[in-house]
Formats: sequence, C-alpha cells, structure tokens
Amino acid sequence: MIRLEKRPQPSRAWSIATPLVAVLATMIAGGLLFAILGKDPVEAIRTIFWEPLFGEFAFYYRPQLLIKGAPLVLIAIGLSLGFRAGIWNIGAEGQYIMGALFGAGMGLAFYPLEAWYIFPLMVIAGAFGGWLWAMIPALLKVRFGTNEILVSLMLVYVAEQFLASMSLGLLKNPEGFGFPGSRNLQQYESAHNADLIAGSGMHWGVVAALIAVIFAYVLLNRHMLGYQIRLTGEAPRAARFAGVRPARLILFCLGASGMLAGLAGMFEVSGPSGQVSIDFNVGYGFTAIIVAFLGRLHPVGILLAGGLMALTYIGGDIAQSNMGLPSAAIQVFQGMLLFFLLAFDLLTNFRLRLGKPEVA
Amino acid sequence: MDLSAINPVLLIASLMVAATPLLLAAVGELVVEKAGVLNLGVEGMMIVGAIAGFATAVESGSPLLGFVVAAIAGAALSTLFAILTQFAQANQVASGLSLTLFGLGLSALMGQSYVGIKPPQMQDIHFPLLSDLPVVGPILFTHDIILYFGIALTAAIWAVLKYSRVGLILRAVGENHDAAHALGYKVLRIRVLAILFGGACAGMGGAYISLIRVPQWTEGMTAGIGWIALALVVFASWKPWRVLLGAYLFGGVTVVQLNLQAAGVAIPVEYLAMSPYLITIVVLVILSADKSSAPAALGRNFHASR
Amino acid sequence: MKLTKLLTGAAMALGLATSAMAEDKTKVGFVYVGPVGDGGWTYEHDQGRKAVVAEFGDKVETVYVENVAEGPDAERVITQMALQGADLIFTTSFGYMDPTINVAKKFPNVKFEHATGYKRADNVSTYSARFYEGRAVQGTIAGHMTKSNIVGYIGSYPIPEVIRGINSAYLHAKKVNPDVTFKIVWAFTWFDPAKEADAAKVLIEQGADVILQHTDSTAPQAAAQAAGNVITFGQASDMAEYGPLPRVSSIIDNWAPYYIARTKAVMDGTWTSVDTWDGIGPGMVGIGEISDAVPAEVKAEALALKDAIANGSYHPFTGPINKQDGSAWLADGEIADDGTLAGMNFFVEGIEGDIPQ
Repeated sequence: MIRLEKRPQPSRAWSIATPLVAVLATMIAGGLLFAILGKDPVEAIRTIFWEPLFGEFAFYYRPQLLIKGAPLVLIAIGLSLGFRAGIWNIGAEGQYIMGALFGAGMGLAFYPLEAWYIFPLMVIAGAFGGWLWAMIPALLKVRFGTNEILVSLMLVYVAEQFLASMSLGLLKNPEGFGFPGSRNLQQYESAHNADLIAGSGMHWGVVAALIAVIFAYVLLNRHMLGYQIRLTGEAPRAARFAGVRPARLILFCLGASGMLAGLAGMFEVSGPSGQVSIDFNVGYGFTAIIVAFLGRLHPVGILLAGGLMALTYIGGDIAQSNMGLPSAAIQVFQGMLLFFLLAFDLLTNFRLRLGKPEVA
Repeated sequence: MDLSAINPVLLIASLMVAATPLLLAAVGELVVEKAGVLNLGVEGMMIVGAIAGFATAVESGSPLLGFVVAAIAGAALSTLFAILTQFAQANQVASGLSLTLFGLGLSALMGQSYVGIKPPQMQDIHFPLLSDLPVVGPILFTHDIILYFGIALTAAIWAVLKYSRVGLILRAVGENHDAAHALGYKVLRIRVLAILFGGACAGMGGAYISLIRVPQWTEGMTAGIGWIALALVVFASWKPWRVLLGAYLFGGVTVVQLNLQAAGVAIPVEYLAMSPYLITIVVLVILSADKSSAPAALGRNFHASR
Repeated sequence: MKLTKLLTGAAMALGLATSAMAEDKTKVGFVYVGPVGDGGWTYEHDQGRKAVVAEFGDKVETVYVENVAEGPDAERVITQMALQGADLIFTTSFGYMDPTINVAKKFPNVKFEHATGYKRADNVSTYSARFYEGRAVQGTIAGHMTKSNIVGYIGSYPIPEVIRGINSAYLHAKKVNPDVTFKIVWAFTWFDPAKEADAAKVLIEQGADVILQHTDSTAPQAAAQAAGNVITFGQASDMAEYGPLPRVSSIIDNWAPYYIARTKAVMDGTWTSVDTWDGIGPGMVGIGEISDAVPAEVKAEALALKDAIANGSYHPFTGPINKQDGSAWLADGEIADDGTLAGMNFFVEGIEGDIPQ
C-alpha cells in the first residue's frame, strides 16, 4: 500500500522537479487525447510548446508571450499577497475592468490634447479604479465581516455591465458611426502604451509586472508587513498575539491586489487592446488565480507560471490553425496541465512510502 | 409604462423554473462545503452534466435517463477534484478553477455532434384538481418532476444535516477534521463522498438547463450559473432553506428585471441587469451579522499525520 | 521600426515562397469570435467555410481558429495566419476591425475581409448582410399573425445592427396592422440561453403572441412552444426543428456565396478591396421556408415583399418615416442612405421605450 508521509521541510529538489514531471505527464496524457481526436500527438505537443519559442516565426511569438503573460503576472502577484494571508480576492476580473475604464476615461477626457503628463495620469487613474473596486469588499469585510470571496465575485458581474454601459454610452467613439466601443488609444499618441522598443512586446505593463515581482519578493522576505502576511496565513492565532491588525492587513492586501489588477487593465486598454469595448475583458482576472497557485504564491514561481500559461495559449492557437485542433481540445489540455501540476505538487511536501503505516 | 401587464402568478411560476438549476447545484455544493471542502468547479461539473444529460436524452429518448446520466457524469468529473484535493493534497481553490476549465473544454468536445438538435420534451406533471386551483395551481402544481425533486432534495438535506447521525458526522468533519479523525471517523472517505454528491447535483443542475429550461445544447451554455450557485451557498450561510430562498430571490430578480423592461419601465437596462448582483451584496451584508455558520475547516486539506 | 521591416520582409519572402510553392493551393483563414458549436453566428460562418472547401476541393486549404477574443489575441491570430502563408483571411467579428487593419498594414500581399466593420484599405474589404431586409418580411408576417397586437422583441445590445432590425420589423408590422405594439427587452448579453428563455417567457406572459429574437439560441423557440399559440422566427440558422409551429419562418445568415466568390477572386487574381452590404437579392440573407401555419394570402404577401426587396424595386426604409420624437427623417418616397442605416441609433415613430444609452 502506498502511504504519504509529510516531509518536515518541503523538498527543494522536488519543488524544481515536479513542474517538469507534470509537464511531461501532460504531454503523455494530452498526446493520448490528440491521438484519439485523430491528430498526430507528437506534432501537436511540438506545436504548442516548441513553435512559439523556437519555431520558424518565434521572432513574432516571443514578444507575444510578454504581451499575453504580463497582465497575468501583474494580477497574480497582487492576488498572491492576499491568498498568503487567507484573504480571497477572486474578483480581480472586475478590478481589471474598472482599472481599464478609469484609465481610458482619463485619457479620453484629454482627447485630442497631446501632452507628456496624460499617460502618467492614466496610470494613476487605472490604479485608482482597481483599488476603488477592491475597497468595496475590503471595507464591507472590515466593517460588517461580509465574505470577500462573494462580494468581489459579484462585483465582477457589476463591472461587466458597467463596461457594456460605458462602451455603448459615455466612452463611445463619437466618430465610430454609432458602433459600440471607444476611440482607439493606439491612435492617440499621448495615451498610447506603445512597445518601448518597437516590436519587442515590452510595453509599460511588462515593466510593471517585473517591478511587481521584485517588489513582492522584497516585501515578503525583507519587510515586516510581508512577515505579517505570511504569519497570518500560516498561524492566524499567533499573528494576533504578535500584534497583527487584521483590518489593516485586509485593506492592504485587497487594496494592493485591486490596484495591480487595475493597472493591468489600464496597460492593456491603452496598449495591446487599444479600446474599451463590450467584450474587452477576456478572463485574465480568473486565469491569474490559477497562475498564482501554479506559482505556489511565490513571486518567481508566478513569473514562470504566467509564462507557461501564456505559452499554452499562444501555442494552442497555433495548433488550432495548423492542425485543425478544436479550441475545446486545447482547453482540456490546459486543464490537464493544471491538474498534473497540482497533483505532483504532492511530492514536494510529502514522501511516498510503500508498506504499512508505522505505529505512532 | 404598464405594470398591470405583469402577472405575478406567472412571474412566480417562471422564477421557480429559472431558479431550479441554481438550487440543484447550490444544495450539492452546500453538502460539499459542510464537509469542509470548497469546490469551485461547479460550473465545469454543471456543463458536463448538461451535455451528458442532453446526449443521453437524445439517444435514448428519455429525459429522465438523461438526468441520471448527468448526475453520474457530474460525479465522475468531481472524482478528479476528489483525487487532487483529498489524496494529492492539492490546493482546493486552484483545483476547482482547473476543474471548471477542464469541464468547459471536455463538454465542448463531447457535444460536437449535438449542436442544433432538439431534445425529447419533459412533460409537466398535471395534478388532478390541484393544477386547476386559481393562483396556487399554476405556481405550485404545473411543473416538471425535476423541479419538485430539487425542492424535495433541499428538504432531505436539511433533515439529514439537522437530525441524522450522517449529518452530524458530516458537520463534525467540516468543523474540525482533526477531532473527527480522533473520534475514528474516516475524514477522507466522508469528504470524497460529499464531493461526489455535490458533483452529481451540479450535473443534474446542468442537465436541467440543457433539457428543460432552454432546451438545446450549445457550448458554454451554462454561462456562469455555476458561479452564482457558489455565491448562493455563502449567501445562504450554509442553510438549505436559505439556499432555496436565495435561488428564488436570484432567479426572481432576473425575471422581474426582464418584466419591468417589457412593461416599459424607464430604468436604464444595464443597471437593471446589475441589480441581481448588487442585491446579493446587500443581502450578504445584512446576513453577515450571522457568523456562526461557516464550516470552520472550509478549504483546508486534511492529512492524518498532522 | 526595424522589426516591423523585418516582419514585412519575412512576410514578403514567405509570400513569394507560398505563391511559388502553392501555385495550385489557395490558403484561406477564418477567425471566429465564438465556438463553431454555438449554433448561431460562428456556426454559420463555419458553414460558409465548409462551402468553400466543398466548392474548390483540393485547390484550397482552409484553416480556422475559434474562440478568439477581440483585441490583442485577435491581432496575434490574424498575424499568425498571415505568417503561415494564408492568401485570404476572413475576420468575422466587429471587434476585429482595428486588429485586422493593423495586421493588413504589415502584410500588403495578403487579402483581408472584415465582417460588419467600416474601415477598409487596399488589401482590406468589408462585408456585411442587410438583415433588416429579412426583418421587413418578418414584420409583415408578425403584423398579420398577432391576435393580441403585442409583438415581443428580444435584443442583445442596443447597437445599430439590432436597432435597424427593430425599426424594420416594426415599420412593416405597422403597415399591415396599425394597432400593433412592440415590447422590447434587452438581454445585455450576446450569449446566455437561459436568460433568453426567461426573456421570451416574460414577453409571452405579458401578452406577446409573436416573438422576434436578435439572439442566436433556440431558447425562445422552446419557450414559445411550451406556451402554445405563440409564433417565432428562426434567427441565424433556420431552426426548422421548431416548425411548423411555433417557428413559422426564419432569417438565415448565408455567407457561403460570398466566401466562395471572394476565394475565387483571389485564385483568379481579380480580388480588389470592396465594401459589400448584401441582402436577400444576392442570397446573403436567406428567408427560411414559411410554414403552413401562416395563411396562404399572408404567405403570398410576405413572399411578394421578399421578391420586391430582392429585385431592388422596394427598399424597407422608404419614406415617409418619422423618428421616434416625431421629427421627420425620410420624406415621402425618399430612401434611407446606407450611412445613416449603418449607424442607426434612433427608433422610428410609434415604438415605445428608449434605447438604453
């Protein structure tokens, strides 16, 4: 009989090896799935993992990885702070929308003025929008003890309706012949979050994501607040004895994650996406939750996890058009990858033992 | 504006139908959470149930058989979650989200050849005499059997949790798994069974959408109902009857919103469409005075060696 | 800048390579906003793609990517198709407009076709369907068939496309039945079958005995069938499985003729950038079989209207028509210009309720 034995310390070797094992397992199981669907499994796996990085057109796909990964990492970093302290913001999607609306709104308010200060103001407005939206569950939790999971989730749907209303009303492009959607910020120099080096995919959102990773790393490892976050998550009672004020922590964690999600939305709307439209949000806020956990709530882990998710998205789209795989198959494949990553994580914290349990 | 066009009797009857998928999924999840497990994969299990039930009903011609298979399919998918969280000790939030992603993809693959097909119809039950009563008749006695099943299930879960030994054990496991383990209960086994039950309920909820409420199969047709079901459980502070109330309230707000629009009430539509969510938040705030009810071990994994 | 050049260079090199290599095979790409299994918008575009394959067989290779979000994902997928040697790319959602234009700039040798937009370039065409022509036929049948004089209309979002349809249906219902009123419900979603079912039920409960829908699921059909004595029209696809009642006719998106013609044009080297807005005449908008539940004289009248629209002798928006606030829009005999129609954001006189802003 197989039995689990908890390791006194998480294994370092396994924590590096498990993602590799998991990816390998996904390749086998996913290959099987592709074979059942009548596609060449080796070719499919190669297309998803290899093509975007080293294929013929990698020069185009590599920058796209940054564009796809940056919002995921930026949001996931913010979420991980709260998750570590047991504060569950699952409404990042809504905060992302509000950040985009505030940011774009600020920029469009100045149109057609060209000035250097417009973009910085938009950054501030975007961060503020996300922060504001996250403050609703934060304040309700602090004041009334309302469950933040639900309030933040409900606010996603509210934000989506708000987005639709804005794209059909206030922010609608007056020169858009009545069609929904705002002006394209890519065509408004002062508000455009362009690639810093053309074609590199490096826009301000990518820079912000990298800064966030470093910032979170320092915060968690070198700072008192980071210590309090970790303590609250691991031993809430001890944290209270150590003088952690839960209300302050809730406001900080939700506020920070809302702010980062808002920033992600703002950088997206002013750069790669360009405009506010009814379907502006594409689920980054939810995917980022998965990214945060795949990265084991560790800043560097999140960076890698964000990259991996971006890779499967981009590779998946290539596999769709090159091999005629349905997008559902790619979704199942991603689900498998997540399952295996989560399942094999077991090996980091536990030892597998064969035989009978010892008598304690 | 013509509010007299709104018929309250029909409104209540149709909100009961609108609420049933929510109710089924939410009471299932309630049992799961009572056992101390948070499964965020409800949406995924619902949609797999929706296509499994639909395909079975189309192939066999029997909607009832469809519901049975939907329950089995939902439970089968939840087994994955059970393996991940109970045996592999994986994080429940991430596992649940992955389950939803997986379920959405899987259902689309399963349903490729069922687009644009009309399923066999589920007949409403007609109670002799009772169905013809004014007001009460159309509200209470003209529905399909699954709707009644949902209400009966809610009652059964309430009774089991409150009065039976099984309910007691379930709650003990959810409140303090270490103590329950010390008392000799098989924590993992109980939790796995609860997860399977939750999966079966979600699967039936999904089938209700594809077989009765809509009825058709299209990819992604659950359109977020699984998430609402999750919200309902907390909204109801883990009490079965409040889940029922919440499901009707939620279904009701949507139906009322559409009714007001059709009656020509000049309120901005997008704000009306927001209203179910805003009202849920308000009710949450009001109910959050009641802090007694969250299972203490919710979302925490159990391992015997701890 | 440098990279853009590099991109263009690579693309051109590739363009040469493919044209040399694939002399006999034209590669056509399709970018879809939903899954091909949505049974509506995307499903019909994919039927068009299949028709291209059926028409040209080995001479074409089609590729598609489904569930592509509007914005950067769309731009990436379109670029990806261009890089991999597509000669012609159809982008099938309004939100793909700017991404299509952006990519088209980088690949001057690839032809692009954007559905429902208004931005064009030397290598970008736009195409759209005059669904309002079909709505006119629907409105005529609806006006005759309603006994309660209440017609329910389920809209998705208040965009010009939907508003145009409501106006057209209303004008023609009113023409044959002066007492008719429209109850309009906005679902504020593109796709949520459960909500569509609720909307249909609500309209029926409030007395509507004809349901028109501008959403793609069959949920309203099923609700009408359950209610009895209510008629509906198929939307996007024929929905014949709900005939002869409640579904009495339908508006069908038929992209196949256009897709075949444009693919042929690329093969022959005769492709040029055009702005196509086709209706019943060229077959882009199909009117599904009018069932026997419709009295013969009504059917004849509807078909006559259809023929008049098809041969161009009648335009559904012919004056005199006033706007909702009573101000004049079209004088007697005046025909609406395409610009106003394309951006239509007002109701015509007689419709109650406001367009949500």
